[in-house]
Amino acid sequence: MTPFVAEFLIPLGKIAAVILYPMVMVVVMIWLERRVVALMQGRLGPNRVGFQGVLQPVADAVKLFFKEDIMQRRADKLLFNISPVLVMFSSLLAFCFVPLGEPIRIGTYTLTLWIAESPVGLLIVLGLSSISVFGVIFGGWASNSKYPLMGALRSVVQVLSYEIPIGLTVLTVAFVARSMDLVEIVRRQESSGVWHGFLMPVSFVVFWISAVAETNRAPFDLPEAESELVAGYHTEYSGMKFAYFYMAEYAHMVLVSSLVVILFFGGWLPPFPSVKALSFVHVVPGFIWYLIKIMFFLYLYVWIRATFPRYRFDSLIRLVWKWLIPLSLVNFLAVALLGYLR
Amino acid sequence: MAFKEIDLNMGPQHPSTHGVLRLKLSVDNEVVLRVEPVLGYLHRGMEKLWENLTYKQIVPLTDRLDYLASLSNNLGYVLAVEKLAGIEVPKRAQYIRVVLAELQRLASHLAWAGFMANDIGAMTVLLYGFEAREDVLDIFEEYCGARLTVHGIRIGGVVHDLDAALVSRIRAVLKAIPKRLQDIRTLLDENRIWKERTVGVGLITAGDAVGYGLTGPALRASGVEWDMRKDIPYSSYGDFAFDVPLGQNSDVYDRYIVRLEEICQSIRIVGQALDGLPSGEFSAKVPRVLKVPPGEVFHTIEAPKGVLGFYVKSNGTDKPERVKMKSPSFINLQSLERMCIGHLFSDVVGILGSLDIVLGEIDK
Repeated sequence: MTPFVAEFLIPLGKIAAVILYPMVMVVVMIWLERRVVALMQGRLGPNRVGFQGVLQPVADAVKLFFKEDIMQRRADKLLFNISPVLVMFSSLLAFCFVPLGEPIRIGTYTLTLWIAESPVGLLIVLGLSSISVFGVIFGGWASNSKYPLMGALRSVVQVLSYEIPIGLTVLTVAFVARSMDLVEIVRRQESSGVWHGFLMPVSFVVFWISAVAETNRAPFDLPEAESELVAGYHTEYSGMKFAYFYMAEYAHMVLVSSLVVILFFGGWLPPFPSVKALSFVHVVPGFIWYLIKIMFFLYLYVWIRATFPRYRFDSLIRLVWKWLIPLSLVNFLAVALLGYLR
Repeated sequence: MAFKEIDLNMGPQHPSTHGVLRLKLSVDNEVVLRVEPVLGYLHRGMEKLWENLTYKQIVPLTDRLDYLASLSNNLGYVLAVEKLAGIEVPKRAQYIRVVLAELQRLASHLAWAGFMANDIGAMTVLLYGFEAREDVLDIFEEYCGARLTVHGIRIGGVVHDLDAALVSRIRAVLKAIPKRLQDIRTLLDENRIWKERTVGVGLITAGDAVGYGLTGPALRASGVEWDMRKDIPYSSYGDFAFDVPLGQNSDVYDRYIVRLEEICQSIRIVGQALDGLPSGEFSAKVPRVLKVPPGEVFHTIEAPKGVLGFYVKSNGTDKPERVKMKSPSFINLQSLERMCIGHLFSDVVGILGSLDIVLGEIDK
């Protein structure tokens, strides 16, 4: 392999992939959500554009691209324009650190399925995903309108509160895996033979609930509660800027699902690796297993949305401060204690 | 968060004001301090319009008042005119009216359950409620060709007779509704989030409820037994056995339960009416140009939203001198502020939903 390919073309391809992969997942997710919710509600959902309507999100994006871009006259121009970019950028950048599978050997060259592996990858991903809250509050404030402002305030309180249980549960994973490197965490699950989700079910449940809350999804979708705040912090946005917020929300969901899979369900590892009768699981490439697991959690998002009513703000905050944070603290102590005794 | 007391306009274009209602809210952070409904965005001058129309021409316009329960409006107006003109309605027509009005109550309550749940964020229930309502609307379509603004009840009787095919179809639809209702109840009744959002929210004491003139399921949810069908029976309602579901706590949850129970009672009433459908004419003989002797009358019925009253004054010609409508949504809306103060902004949406208002009826 020539140095030109190895040092120029392949990194370029990876950069393209890290933008394309989340976008494709977003399109799939938007389609999946509409169709699945529709089927759960006894209707059809979009089924006209492309096979079974798969191209509907693309058609919507094209439509939004041609929409007029409206800005309030007294809006803060800089912040108003920067916040959709900020939200989108933080979700996409985090994907650089999310590994998609085992490195592939091509001759002497090793193709890694991630852009950057960092010893503190977990922290970087969590940090980047919380940068999006700046986009939300800037957007809500810069709109110079009351509904977006209320949405933004709700969002900040919610995201900041729910980051505490996320941090505490992630600590238990880092503790058990003895690493904050996302690749290393998966490898530890391979060598120990038990996925963390089964080893620490409490951590998984708390993480998942908090993750749903942090992505502002039902039943925690208060910042954009349609029946209360019209559209929450992005009420005043139109056209492509609105599409940015919209896509960033879905990209964030994909990111969070990837994190759940990596931290708790063995990333690209096949299930039941040691059972002889199920040896075909090794034939399926790791990336496919990874996608299947992510799709399961994305489906869970949709399922939850179709089932539950929306929380009220006070009970939402009560849930995190009175239940999730104490629970995750106790859980962390228990994991640490058991780990020490073993 | 350092802002104190801001004014917030909810509506006239807002997803959950059920039309073009505008609420002027004063909120401190999210706590509601004042609520002032601003009306008139859907005002069509109905009452003035009616003064220039003949008695029969008015009936289709009443469809447009509470457009989710057009047959109930028809019934309320028609009964008032019949009382004034002294028209004797055949027993069969009365029974068919009961069937239609109760089906309409069903449809209205099912739509309400959907809207209300959607306001609180359970969007699947909206579709479940509407799916069940569709079947009822299909019956109306088969009966007289229209689904929403039905105009099925005319002065003197009803527009068509009920034939055997339609009767069996109604029975089939009614049989399917309890199962659909159960789907909704499984999703909501014991759901923790739903209960947190509804139990103890929008309280009003029985005394206050009566004082504000609250009627319909919202009144009965506070434990006051007041149902025109039982207390001042009209159109042969006295012939049927049914219960009046009552609540105790007078919160949003009780209003939800009372309405769902009323759906079951409506099914009971329709079943009895179909069983005992008397033979005879489906309409009285009413002259083509109906001239009503001078006088005035006020007649009330139990519409799905509450007590619906029509005051009709005649001067002896074929057109009324004045028609005044006592619309339940309009009066029920007055108690909104009382229920909302001190609650969070999110609850305003739920409380407003629990009152079951329709703007066509409020603004007339």
